[in-house]
Amino acid sequence: MAVLVLMDHEHGRLKQPSRSAVAAAAKLGEVHALVAGHDGAGDAAAAAAHLPGVTRVLKVDSEIYAHALAEPLAALLVKLAPDYTHLLAASTAVGKNVMPRVAALLDVQAISDVAEVIDADTFIRPIYAGNALATVKSSDPKKVITVRAASFDPVPAEGGAATIENIGDAGDAGVSRFVSAELSKSERPELTAARVVISGGRGMQNGENFHLIDPIAEKLGAAVGASRAAVDAGFVPNDYQVGQTGKIVAPELYMAVGISGAIQHLAGMKDSKVIVAINKDEDAPIFQVADYGLVADLFTALPELQAELERG
Amino acid sequence: MKLLVPVKRVVDYNVKVRVKSDQTGVELAGVKMAMNPFDEIAIEEAVRLKEKGVATEIVAISIGIAQCQETIRTALAMGADRGILVEMDASPEPLAVAKMLKAIADNEQPRLIILGKQAIDDDMNATGQMLAALLGWPQGTFASKLVVEGDTAMVTREIDGGLETVSLTLPAIVTADLRLNEPRYASLPNIMKARKKPIETIKPADLGVDPAPRLTTLKVTEPPKRLAGKKVGSVAELVDKLRNEAKVI
Repeated sequence: MAVLVLMDHEHGRLKQPSRSAVAAAAKLGEVHALVAGHDGAGDAAAAAAHLPGVTRVLKVDSEIYAHALAEPLAALLVKLAPDYTHLLAASTAVGKNVMPRVAALLDVQAISDVAEVIDADTFIRPIYAGNALATVKSSDPKKVITVRAASFDPVPAEGGAATIENIGDAGDAGVSRFVSAELSKSERPELTAARVVISGGRGMQNGENFHLIDPIAEKLGAAVGASRAAVDAGFVPNDYQVGQTGKIVAPELYMAVGISGAIQHLAGMKDSKVIVAINKDEDAPIFQVADYGLVADLFTALPELQAELERG
Repeated sequence: MKLLVPVKRVVDYNVKVRVKSDQTGVELAGVKMAMNPFDEIAIEEAVRLKEKGVATEIVAISIGIAQCQETIRTALAMGADRGILVEMDASPEPLAVAKMLKAIADNEQPRLIILGKQAIDDDMNATGQMLAALLGWPQGTFASKLVVEGDTAMVTREIDGGLETVSLTLPAIVTADLRLNEPRYASLPNIMKARKKPIETIKPADLGVDPAPRLTTLKVTEPPKRLAGKKVGSVAELVDKLRNEAKVI
């Protein structure tokens, strides 16, 4: 039996965390990808068929799945489940919403945020905001898993040649309905897919000052994030949040600006390859995890950094 | 309308947990415990719905050892009306919790169950979704805004790129994200009043649920430690190191 990965996609494009989920799935068996959606489902299915390791793409193009509502999507996965040993999705908003629902319908315990695959039954997952790692072995006949994308290198976008098969929908109970979405507009890469992330904290003092980060992010092709303190203070929207309760990122370079380094923030970024901290408090805990620390006032350091980068 | 709010007793979020040397778990002896912060937000939302006249009764439920009663008392002090403690030795997995909550919901017939989006100990982020599945109810997870009108709950959800609003037909499940509200502190008079509010104690068997875990924890280890690097003296030195030493820009 094969392994099924629910692909998260938007406007015909696969989200990068789904490619990490495929990488995790490849350790468990032959990988099939499920693309359910409406607008752009065909493009997303074609993209999934190109992923190395995917041998078959199941495509459902139906309005029922246009907004990835948990209720109909879970019903679809349950309908497909008999043919699979493992059902996986990346720990995106969609994956986290849908997969535990699927698990309960199959009477199995969901295994959330898997960071390492040991064997078909055994997985490592972070607990206590990443302050401990639990190795858990599941006795359930089928495994329903969300994958911590930051812990698995995504498979390349090209290289595979899977067949695409159209399948039918699994109906909709009609108890939930999409009303509206309010998405942050940004030209920048997504936080969870960016090679460089620059985050601001409470030290930024207000939302206006986040614009000091913009030209630097522009120059480095970076995504902009924030600590929970900066979000709670209303400087930036919550979808900027990096941390235990926000997004988990592991970029090549993470720059923490005016962030003290609370446990809950570290949980979201400490797997980054290189960490830079800029903070005027030399005792800030962020310096204990930073590869390069600069004790400086961010209001002088950021413009200097911008100038230095522009000097090339 | 009756509301249920499950509350979990967890290690206080300010405590830096330590992994036990025998790798069987984290050290809990003598550690400060508290209500899961997301559950506090769930209780607060329920109390606000009661204050608005939408909810008529709030039942707080906790599952675990006898001391979980303290967590229920906290919920009662914040404004819940009565409590149910499902007493058992261990803290069960989300699937077993969801099964017990389903059995309670079948008895109590609430129109809305509000839960925290995740517990900060096992970080599973699953109980609400699993309970919704078992009840066959719609779910509004990671809620940052909740409006209940007639037979509908309008839930604004925190999603990866921003916010999304869904309309759910009651009865429904809502899980609370951080920005749903700021929980109140219980006042002393309310803490005193909470002592007189009833808490019913039952066992998993009373609910017909086998709470046996499906996951065995083989070991719990510390994550690899990140070593502090070096301090740089200037922005120029930082950029030089990033370019020529780390080679990331």
